[in-house]
Amino acid sequence: MPTRIFAAILFVVAAVSARAGEVDPADWHKVVEKARGQTVYFNAWGGSENINAYIEWAAGELERRHGVRLVHVKLDDTAKAVATVVAEKAAGRDTGGAVDLVWINGENFAAMKRRGLLFAPGWAQALPNWRHVDHENKPTILTDFTIPVDGLASPWGMAKLVFFYDSARVEKNALPDSAEALLRWAEAHPGRFSYPRPPDFIGSSFLKQVLTEKVEDASVLLKPVVEEDFQAVTAPLFAYLDALHPVAWRSGRIFPRNYPAMKQLLADGELDIIFAFNPAEASSAIANGELPDTVRSFTFPAGTLANTHFVAIPYNASAKAGALVTANFLLSPEAQARKQDPAVWGDPTVLAMDKLGPQDRARFAALELGPATLAPEELGPALPEPHPSWMERIEEEWKRRYTAEN
Amino acid sequence: MLTRLGPLLTVVLLTGPVAFGLAGTVLPAFGFLPALGGTTLTLDHLRALLAQPAIWTSAAISLATGLASTLLSIAIVMLFVAGWAGTRLFARLQHLVSPLLSLPHAAAAFALAFLIAPSGMLARLASPWLTGWQRPPDLLIVHDPMGLSMMAGLVAKEVPFLLLMVLAALPQVPLAQTRMLAASMGYGRVAGFLGGLWPAVYRQIRLPVFAVIAFATSVVDVAVILGPTRPAPLAVRLVEWMNDPNLAMRHLASAGALLQLAVTALALALWVGLERAGRALCILAVEGGLRMRRDAAVRGMALGAMVLSAGAVFAGLATLALWSFAGLWQFPDALPATFTLKSWIRVLPRIADPLLTTLAAGFLSTLIAGLLSVLCLMREEETGRRPGPALMLLYLPLLVPQVAFVFGLQLFLIYTGTLATMPALVLSHLVFVMPYAYLALKDPWHAFDRRFDRLAAGFGKQRWQRLFLVRLPMMTRAILTMGAIGFAVSVGLYLPTVLVGAGRLTTITSEAVALASGGDRRVVGVYAFWQMLLPMLGFAVATLVPALIFRRFRDMQV
Amino acid sequence: MEGLFLDGVRIALGGRLLVSLTRHVPPGAVLTVMGPSGAGKSSLLAYLGGFLDPAFTACGRALVDGVEITALPAEERHVGILFQDPLLFPHMSVAGNLMFALPESVKGRAERRRRAEAALCGVGMAGLGGRDPATLSGGQKARVALARVLVSEPRMLLLDEPFSKLDTQLRQQMRQLVFSKARESGLPVLLVTHDMADARAAGGEIVKIGA
Repeated sequence: MPTRIFAAILFVVAAVSARAGEVDPADWHKVVEKARGQTVYFNAWGGSENINAYIEWAAGELERRHGVRLVHVKLDDTAKAVATVVAEKAAGRDTGGAVDLVWINGENFAAMKRRGLLFAPGWAQALPNWRHVDHENKPTILTDFTIPVDGLASPWGMAKLVFFYDSARVEKNALPDSAEALLRWAEAHPGRFSYPRPPDFIGSSFLKQVLTEKVEDASVLLKPVVEEDFQAVTAPLFAYLDALHPVAWRSGRIFPRNYPAMKQLLADGELDIIFAFNPAEASSAIANGELPDTVRSFTFPAGTLANTHFVAIPYNASAKAGALVTANFLLSPEAQARKQDPAVWGDPTVLAMDKLGPQDRARFAALELGPATLAPEELGPALPEPHPSWMERIEEEWKRRYTAEN
Repeated sequence: MLTRLGPLLTVVLLTGPVAFGLAGTVLPAFGFLPALGGTTLTLDHLRALLAQPAIWTSAAISLATGLASTLLSIAIVMLFVAGWAGTRLFARLQHLVSPLLSLPHAAAAFALAFLIAPSGMLARLASPWLTGWQRPPDLLIVHDPMGLSMMAGLVAKEVPFLLLMVLAALPQVPLAQTRMLAASMGYGRVAGFLGGLWPAVYRQIRLPVFAVIAFATSVVDVAVILGPTRPAPLAVRLVEWMNDPNLAMRHLASAGALLQLAVTALALALWVGLERAGRALCILAVEGGLRMRRDAAVRGMALGAMVLSAGAVFAGLATLALWSFAGLWQFPDALPATFTLKSWIRVLPRIADPLLTTLAAGFLSTLIAGLLSVLCLMREEETGRRPGPALMLLYLPLLVPQVAFVFGLQLFLIYTGTLATMPALVLSHLVFVMPYAYLALKDPWHAFDRRFDRLAAGFGKQRWQRLFLVRLPMMTRAILTMGAIGFAVSVGLYLPTVLVGAGRLTTITSEAVALASGGDRRVVGVYAFWQMLLPMLGFAVATLVPALIFRRFRDMQV
Repeated sequence: MEGLFLDGVRIALGGRLLVSLTRHVPPGAVLTVMGPSGAGKSSLLAYLGGFLDPAFTACGRALVDGVEITALPAEERHVGILFQDPLLFPHMSVAGNLMFALPESVKGRAERRRRAEAALCGVGMAGLGGRDPATLSGGQKARVALARVLVSEPRMLLLDEPFSKLDTQLRQQMRQLVFSKARESGLPVLLVTHDMADARAAGGEIVKIGA
C-alpha cells in the first residue's frame, strides 16, 4: 500500500513539474537536477571532424558529470535547424521540439530572434560560468551582427577572418594587405584564388569584408538595408567581383562549396590563398596532416571582420534544463581551453583571462598556438559585422547576378 | 484470410505516404498552408518560381542529364548483353558488376570525383612524368556546366542496376536457341539478339527504366557531388529552398516541386517517344534483314564501356580507401607521404549509433517488405489474377521524384508528432524498399513449380505447412537475395533518412553525406567503406547461408 | 460405394465444355483418360486434386469410398499424385522426402524412419534413404516418387503422364511397378496419358475426351 501511495505522489509531482515545464536558469541547482537523465539534441554543423570530435568529448564529460546525454545532430547548414523549428511552429508543436540546442550566429540568430523562436531572454547571463565571459572587451558577445543578443544565446567561441597561404609556393612579400591588393594579386596569379559560393557562411563573409572595405561610408552597413540605396552602396562590391571572377579559380565558373573544400584545394596546390574565420584553423589542419607545415597566416592591417558564435535554445526545446547545463559546460574554463588547443580545434575562447583563477589561466597559457597561428596582437583590428539584412540582400543580389553563367 | 490483407496493406502503407506527401507539397505551391496562415489559393508562388534566375536552365539540365544518362546506360547494357550474353566473359563481368548495384549513389559519385578531378587519382598517376603538371591544372571537370561528370556518375550506377534487371529477365527468353537460329541465318550476335530477343527483354525491364529516369531527373546527392552549380539542377535548388529559414521559401520550394514533377513527367513522355522511335528502327532493321555480321567493333565498344564504367568506380573506391589511411598527400604524389589510422580511430567510436540505426531500419523495412511481398504474391496465385491496377501503385514511389513528396511527408510526420521515430523511419524506408523487394521476389515466386505444392497438399499438408516446409525453404536463396536487395536499398537512402530522421536518427549514408559537405576526403573514405561493406555483407549472407544450410543438397546450390 | 465415383463431373472454360464424365473406378482398378493437348485432361486432374484455376467452372462431385472429396479442401482430400517429373523435394534427403509424406498419425521419429525405409525397400531402393535426391538416376528418382506417394496413405492415385519422360526400358518397369503397387494397396487410379501403350498396360477402361 505505501508503495502505491508513493507512486501516486510521484505521479502527481511529475505531472505538476511537467506542467510547470519551463526551467528557471536562476535556480541553477534545480536546473542541474532536472537535467539529469535528459537527452540534448545539439544541432551543429558537422562538416569538420575535429569539431565533431570535440563535441564528442563534451558529450562524454556531460554524461559523466551531469548525467546529460548529448547527441550531436550533424548539419551541413545551420539553416536546417532553423527550418526544423520553423516547421514545428507551423505545425503547432510548441513543446517537445526536435532541437534542444543550436550552434548559431548572424542571420540565423537574427531570424530566430525576429520570429520569437528562442528560449527566454537573459538565460545566458544567468549561467554560472557567465562570470568568466569577456563581454567588456569583446563587444560581439553582446551584439551579434548589430543585433542585441539579449541573453538569448550563450557565447561559445570567437571568430576573425584570417587568410592562409603556403609559404613554400607564395612569396611572403607579395601578399596582399587589402581587398584591393588581393584583386591585384589575383590578376597577377590567375586561377589561384576563390571564395566559397554564397550563401555559404564563409563565402558571404568574404563579400561583406570586401563591401566593408570598398563602401564609401561604412556606417550605413550597421543599419538595416535601405532598399533605395542598396544598388549604389553595393556597386563597388559587384564591380570588384566582376573584375575578380575572370582571374579566379576555374575562371570563376564554379566556386568551392565551403571552407573545408577550399582547405583541400590549398592542400592540393590548386589555390594559393584561402581564408577562414578561425585563426588557428591552419595550425589545426597541419596537426591533422591535412595541410603541409609550410602554411602560414596573414590578415589585413586595416582590419578584418570579427564575430562571436553562440549556442541558443529553441523556444520549444524538449530538454531545456539539459541544454542549459550543456551551454554552461561549454563556457567552463576547462572546455574553453580545450577548444582553443589547435591540436583539438583551435577556436579562440570567449573568456577573459583576468577573470580566471591562476589554475585556469595556466591551462590557456600552456597551449601551443601552432606554427601557422598569429598571436592575438598580430591579428589586426576587428571590423564590425554589418546588419544581417545586408548579408541577406547581398546573397540575394549575388544569386541574381551569378546563379547562372552569363 | 491474411493473404487478402497483403495487397490492401501494401497499397495503404505505400501510397499513404506518397499521397500525403504529395498533398503536403502541392497545396503549399498554391499558397495553401493553414499553419502558416495560407488559406487562399494563389498563383503567386508559381510566378515567383518562374522569376527565379535561370530556373528554366535548371529544369533543362535536370531533363537533359536524366534522359541522356538513362539513354547511355541502357545503350551500354543493351549492346553488352547483345554482344556477350552466354559467353564466359559475360558471366565474369556480371560478377564484377553486381556488387556495384548495392553501392549507394553518393559513394559511387565520390569515387568518381576522387578519380577524375584535376587533383584526382588519374591526374596524379599521369603527373608530372606525362603531363608535366606540378600542380593540378585549372580545368573545369567536376561540376562542369554541361553536367558531363554528373551523367558519368549516374551512368556508373545505372548500368549495374539495369544490367541486373536484364539478367533477371534473360532466363525467360530462349537465349541459346535464338543465338543458334540467328547465327544459322547469318546474323551477327548483336543483330540476332536485338532483332530476336531485345523487345521481349525490354518489356520486362521497362518499369525499372522508368524508375531510373524518375531518379536521374530528380537526383540530389549525385548532383551535389558532381553536378553543375551555375545553375544547379532543379532538385538541388529545391532542397536548398526547402532548407531556407525564410518561410516564404516553403511555398517556392513547393512550387519548384511541382515543376520537378512536370520535368520528370516530361522526361518519361519523351522516353516513350524514344521507345517508339527505337521500335521503328528495330522493325526497319529486322525487315531489312540487316545481318551486321562484322559486329566486333560494336561488341568491343560495349565491353569497353562496361569495363570502364565499373572499373572507374572500383578505382575510385580504391582511391577513397587510400584517402582514409592517408596522412599528408600532396599533388602530384600518387601515394600519400604518410599512412595513418588516425581517420579510422577518430571515426569509429562515432559510427556505432548510425550503424545500429542503419541495421535496424534496413532489417525491419526489409522484413516487412518481404512479408508483404509474399502475402501479395500468394494472393495473386489464389485469385489466379495478375496484380490489379491497385498494386501497380506499388511502383509509385519509384516514379514520383523523392523531393516532390518527402518534404510534404515530413510536415505530416511533424503534425502527428512521429518525426524522427524509428517506426516513421522504417515506414519511409519501406516505401522505397517494398517495390524492389516485390520486383526481386516476383519472378522466382512465379517460377516456382507449383506441382510441389500440389504434391504436398496430396500428402495432407496444410497451407501454412506447405508454405513454411516446402515453398519457402526451396526459395531460400531467392528470399535472401530479395532481403539483400531490400537492405541495400535501405542503406543507400539519403533524402528520406535526412528528412524523416531529422538528424536524430542517422544512418551511415546520411552521416556520410553530411560529413562530405566538409569535403574531408579521409573521413569520406572511411564512411564510403562502410557504405560499401554493409550491402555487400547482405549479399554475402544471401550467398553463403543457403550454401551452408543446404550443403548436402546439390540442387539447392545453384 | 467402394473406390472412386465420378458423379456427373462437368468442367468448362469460358462456356466451352471440356469434360463431362460419370464413371466408377473400383479399388485397384485404373481409369485411363486420353485426349489431345488442351482437351481438359489436366483440368480434370486439377479438379480432383483441388487446384482448379478459378477461370474454370466445374459441377458434379467426386467420391472416394463414399467420401465426397470435392467438398473438401485440397489438403484433406488425400489424393496422391505422380507427375511426369519425380519432383523430389531438393532440400530434403530421400528418407526426408518420404517422412514428409507420411501421415502425422504415425508417431515417433524411429517409427517414421522405419516406415520410410520399408517403403524404399518396397520399390527396390533399400538403404538409399540418406542420399541427396539430386544424386539419384532418373529411374531411381521415379521409384522414390512412387514410394513417397504410397507412404502418404492416399485414398486414390492420380497419374499425370508419369512415364512419358522415362526411356523405353524404364518405362516398362515403372508401369508394372506402379500398377502392381496400386493393386496391392487397393487404390483406385485415374491415369491421364496420350500413350496408347500406357493405357494398354493399365488394363482398365479407356475414356477419350476432346476428340
